[in-house]
Amino acid sequence: MESSPQVAVLYQGASLRVSVGGQWRMDRALPVDQALEDIADTHVRELYLEAKNLDSWDTSLLVFLVRLIRTAQTRDIAVNMELPDGLKHLVRMAFAVPAQVGAARASTRDSLFSAVGGAALALIPRLTLFLCFIGEIVTSFRRLLSGRAQMRIQDFVDAVYECGVCSLPIIALTSLLFGLILAFVGAIQLTRFGAQIYVAGLVGIGMLRVMGAVMVGVVMSGRVGAAYAALIGAMRVNEEVDALSVAGISPIDFLVLPRVLALTLMTPFLTLYADLMGICGGYFVGVVILDLNPLEYVTATAQMTSFRHMFIGLVYGTVFGVIISVAGCRQGIFCAGSAQAVGQATTKAVVQSIVGIIVATALLTVIFNVLDV
Amino acid sequence: MPDVPLLRACDLQLGYGGFVLMRNVSFEVRAGEIFFIMGGSGCGKSTLLRAFMGLKSPQAGRIFYGKEDFWGGGAEKRRRIMRRTGVLFQGGALWSSMTLAENVGLVLRGYTELSDEEVRQHASLKLALVGLAGFEDYYPSEISGGMRKRAGLARALALDPPALLLDEPSAGLDPVSSRMLDDLILELRATLRSTFVIVSHELASIFAIADNSIFLDAATRSVTAYGKPQDLARAPDTENNAVNFLTRGGDCTNTLSIKDVA
Repeated sequence: MESSPQVAVLYQGASLRVSVGGQWRMDRALPVDQALEDIADTHVRELYLEAKNLDSWDTSLLVFLVRLIRTAQTRDIAVNMELPDGLKHLVRMAFAVPAQVGAARASTRDSLFSAVGGAALALIPRLTLFLCFIGEIVTSFRRLLSGRAQMRIQDFVDAVYECGVCSLPIIALTSLLFGLILAFVGAIQLTRFGAQIYVAGLVGIGMLRVMGAVMVGVVMSGRVGAAYAALIGAMRVNEEVDALSVAGISPIDFLVLPRVLALTLMTPFLTLYADLMGICGGYFVGVVILDLNPLEYVTATAQMTSFRHMFIGLVYGTVFGVIISVAGCRQGIFCAGSAQAVGQATTKAVVQSIVGIIVATALLTVIFNVLDV
Repeated sequence: MPDVPLLRACDLQLGYGGFVLMRNVSFEVRAGEIFFIMGGSGCGKSTLLRAFMGLKSPQAGRIFYGKEDFWGGGAEKRRRIMRRTGVLFQGGALWSSMTLAENVGLVLRGYTELSDEEVRQHASLKLALVGLAGFEDYYPSEISGGMRKRAGLARALALDPPALLLDEPSAGLDPVSSRMLDDLILELRATLRSTFVIVSHELASIFAIADNSIFLDAATRSVTAYGKPQDLARAPDTENNAVNFLTRGGDCTNTLSIKDVA
């Protein structure tokens, strides 16, 4: 036996009688707007609220009554409640504590002009903060060299294992496939000239010189940079970083230094590993798909590449290691105190790492070109 | 030198940017006292404690540890003072990648010449003092919230500090654990002669163990009551908000009971 919510409005001279009845439930359409309009009638001086045939009700009724009373108040209409006790209490509670002045946030929307200006002005302090962070890592490294850093060797070893050994499978997979792709793309053109054997040089030089390092960089940004930001950021939220400072242990020494060192040390090795895997991928395409002689492919690779290419690749790799670890740790250390901030820090760490890698690749490539190596 | 208080705040002003959280905060904590910083939520109790930890620089005023001006020197000076001060954070803030023994031991390792074995023994002893004997090799995530608080206290006690700062030690604990923590604090004070500065709004603890206290009022943004909580609750000239706080809002006539609403 469901009944719909009802609102009866009755005029008695200057007073308005609003009677609610039936069943009021949040999930029903409510006949409320008419009553609110009636109040707008300028003759009304008094409002009577009553609930004669009220069946059952929930907050929807309360919201309706509060709206009614608010409107009445703004028009200086006297309100008389002839409602059940419970309902009356709730209405009183709703009005008991006046809205705190200034508590409601005014939504401030900056104009485009001030937004751009604000962002530009914020660049300088952000840059200063970044340079300070770099400076702290450098002084921390110097403390390490003089044997006074509070870094635990165990943390460094763990970080090496985590970013080095644990990354081998995924680097193998991505680099192998990338070598494969490189060989296929090269083969399309080269077979037209009957120069399939040059696939060996293309893959070899491509992987050694830059692509191996870039593969490692991209994978490490997601795997390790994000993990650093999330871990240190969560420690920040949990006050663990503060606890370190208070205990007189520099968070840079203790948290940042082992991770930056570990990743910077491991990326060159991982780059070599990625190079090797990429060349294996190229070998597979050359021998199985392009029908090249296995020995011929290996000899061609050895002839067309040189150690110079490998060293250039290692320079890229090392630089990427620094970029990823610094970006990850920086986002973690400067993370604000909430779960949302940790999420943002992680995202920023990955985005900054990848953008940093691409910018650094471009710069280094130009530099190596100018140096003619 | 019984005349120099162990800790002293002089006209402290704290805030963020242009926003002033509290001003003219002055009080003294004498050696061996259990001193409470009371106040409603969001009045800046924790921020005040962070100023004493060296994590938040005051906008004005000074903090003294004994005769030393805490914020008057560089970070090195603050670090030296903090070495003699134990801190328990609100959530314990144990280092999650380390076992309880390593947590306590890390501080010892940094500041003493103890061998690994001795560090381990010291850590075990401190854990035993807070009732966590046998939990040396547990990670913080493997123990309950109350145990984490006690482990945090063990870490704070690692260097036998004369002063301890505790941020809401009984928040989130059940009444019995909370009571046990109070007893522990009293016992540590009696045996190690430590001084405690405790941020709390747990009335039961406040009345049970406080020697002295201040009340921070969020409305006036300053200290509005200063004294032993029992005296403050009784004294006729105590400011209204402080009395309300200490008596849970007076006689409760203006609060609704569930029955009225239903």
